[in-house]
Amino acid sequence: MTMPLLQVNDLKKHFPISGGLFGRTKSKVHAVDGVSFEIARGETLSLVGESGCGKSTVGRAILRLFDITAGQIVLDGLRIDDLGPHRLREMRRRVQVVFQDPFSSLNPRMRIRDILAEPINNFGLAKDAAERDARIAELMEIVRLPRDAVNRRPHEFSGGQRQRIGIARALAAKPDLIVCDEAVSALDVSVKAQIVNLLQDLQREFGLALLFISHDLAIVEHMTHRVAVMYLGKIVEIAPRRQIFASPGHPYTKALLSAVPIPEPGAERTPIILKGDVPSPVNPPKGCRFHTRCPLAFDRCRVEAPELRLKGEDQWVACHLENAT
Amino acid sequence: MPLLEVENLQVHFRTPTGINRAVDGVSFHVDPGETLAIVGESGCGKSVTSMSMMRLIPEPPGKIAGSIRLEGRDILALSDREMRALRGNDISMIFQEPMTSLNPVLTVGRQIGETLRLHQGLDQAQAEARAVEMLTLVGIPEPARRVREYPHQLSGGMRQRVMIAMALACNPKLLIADEPTTALDVTIQAQILKLMLELKQRVGAAIILITHDLGVVAEVAERVMVMYAGRKVEEAPVKQLFRSPRHPYTQGLLGALPKLGSSLSGETRRLAEIPGQVPDLKQRIEGCVFAGRCALATDLCRQYAPGLEQKAPHHIAACHFAAKEQAAA
Repeated sequence: MTMPLLQVNDLKKHFPISGGLFGRTKSKVHAVDGVSFEIARGETLSLVGESGCGKSTVGRAILRLFDITAGQIVLDGLRIDDLGPHRLREMRRRVQVVFQDPFSSLNPRMRIRDILAEPINNFGLAKDAAERDARIAELMEIVRLPRDAVNRRPHEFSGGQRQRIGIARALAAKPDLIVCDEAVSALDVSVKAQIVNLLQDLQREFGLALLFISHDLAIVEHMTHRVAVMYLGKIVEIAPRRQIFASPGHPYTKALLSAVPIPEPGAERTPIILKGDVPSPVNPPKGCRFHTRCPLAFDRCRVEAPELRLKGEDQWVACHLENAT
Repeated sequence: MPLLEVENLQVHFRTPTGINRAVDGVSFHVDPGETLAIVGESGCGKSVTSMSMMRLIPEPPGKIAGSIRLEGRDILALSDREMRALRGNDISMIFQEPMTSLNPVLTVGRQIGETLRLHQGLDQAQAEARAVEMLTLVGIPEPARRVREYPHQLSGGMRQRVMIAMALACNPKLLIADEPTTALDVTIQAQILKLMLELKQRVGAAIILITHDLGVVAEVAERVMVMYAGRKVEEAPVKQLFRSPRHPYTQGLLGALPKLGSSLSGETRRLAEIPGQVPDLKQRIEGCVFAGRCALATDLCRQYAPGLEQKAPHHIAACHFAAKEQAAA
């Protein structure tokens, strides 16, 4: 078996909440609490879940935007979670990011040329100015923006065009993996389709792996190979697309899928309406974290946290019920 | 008689770089108890339309023309005092962002009670009792305790429930919901949509739902009006609009939407794109507003704006080329 591009083993990230007179740590937000998965080359893995489930924190941990609390992140056989700043550089080139908000993720004072030149210079990907300019022109073409737009600044572009610039910036470093953190969520429907198609084309062309973080399940189904569903800092189900959408295993996945409004009036469906809100990740519930909202919870769920177990063809589900049947 | 009649509404904003024609001649009506959805992408004028119905557009820089009649009374001609008596009483509104639209320094009870004291002359104690009732109605657990809490102590879904409680406290005839579930997670969105429909039945209010989410529209609306670049381009009963959209823009929107379950039927087609982007509203557009992005556009479209034409029963669209109803299918 070939080695996966990225392996995440039992990743944990707790954020301290400090307070009081001396700023002591009062408690911790358990943003990510033991998450493991792999991404193969050229594959798209989607992380889905509601706000506060920790999906963005996983993305940021992989980008090494902060130190993790525990666990391992392995890129191509090399542990990157404890690398020093010097050795981290090469890894930073290989894992790039596209953020949600195309307005705040581009420096308004830089021209597009300079925004794209930065990664090329940083990682020494061009030997002289001519090669760099050629590369910038090529990048503009790849994301289907006019070449002469390089002299303009971000405010002169629409949201969709800015997102193209963000994608070009990520591609400039010639990465193996791009973390797309809600990269299309802020866009209008018609523009969203353009960007989704672009991402799919680029993936095919450059063999990119994508970690696609999103709460939009219809877009996820459209683009992804595999899906990991997160709830309160844990993965509750991870499986290939077909299994997730045809026969979701976890009650939370089922509820999530059934709650998506379908653009088809009169469509027959019975939404599972969950009661209440997501509990606080400061004090996650004992046992299964979903038991406070699960329509099927029973005694065991309240005391014992279920592990991810193989349910069917590559479908892993963390639920006591699935294991009983 | 329709509950609300909007005729040739124009909302223009004076800006340093020219006049922005945010809404440019829009007409529609809402019947009592009906749910009308206004859909469109950012900048199409749907929110400005709803704000003008509440008279929340600052003038200047805004400038409103046309007429908005609620049960025959022209809202735009009312004095500020008369408008205050109407706002929150006959027409009320739910906004997208439940955190910024609640006052952080007042308890939710005070905020729900305010409209009741103002419009129905209740005293403090009566208003609070009624606020507790409203919180129960919108399904907030422990209403007697929650009524004394501040917005930051509530979750996003609960804040939106409070907004709904406020909006419905005086039994309005018309409720305007501007992207009421956009900021919420899907499982919470499902709760809120269900609640809105239930309450609508009970209170009998008409709803104008402003949204960009076609899934929500399909689920909730009875009639749909599609806006693009400040103009109304299509209007039809909800089923008809989704089944046989007539305007190329509406067709494009529906085609650009990935559908849940698409991977199961084995067809994961490429998403249809609408090329280009929304035109600059500061330029006067003589022809069809969609011509720049439309595959069917001809010189005719670029020169003459198509009027809204009946394409099928109750179905109108503004397109020179949209097909009319074929012989009964």
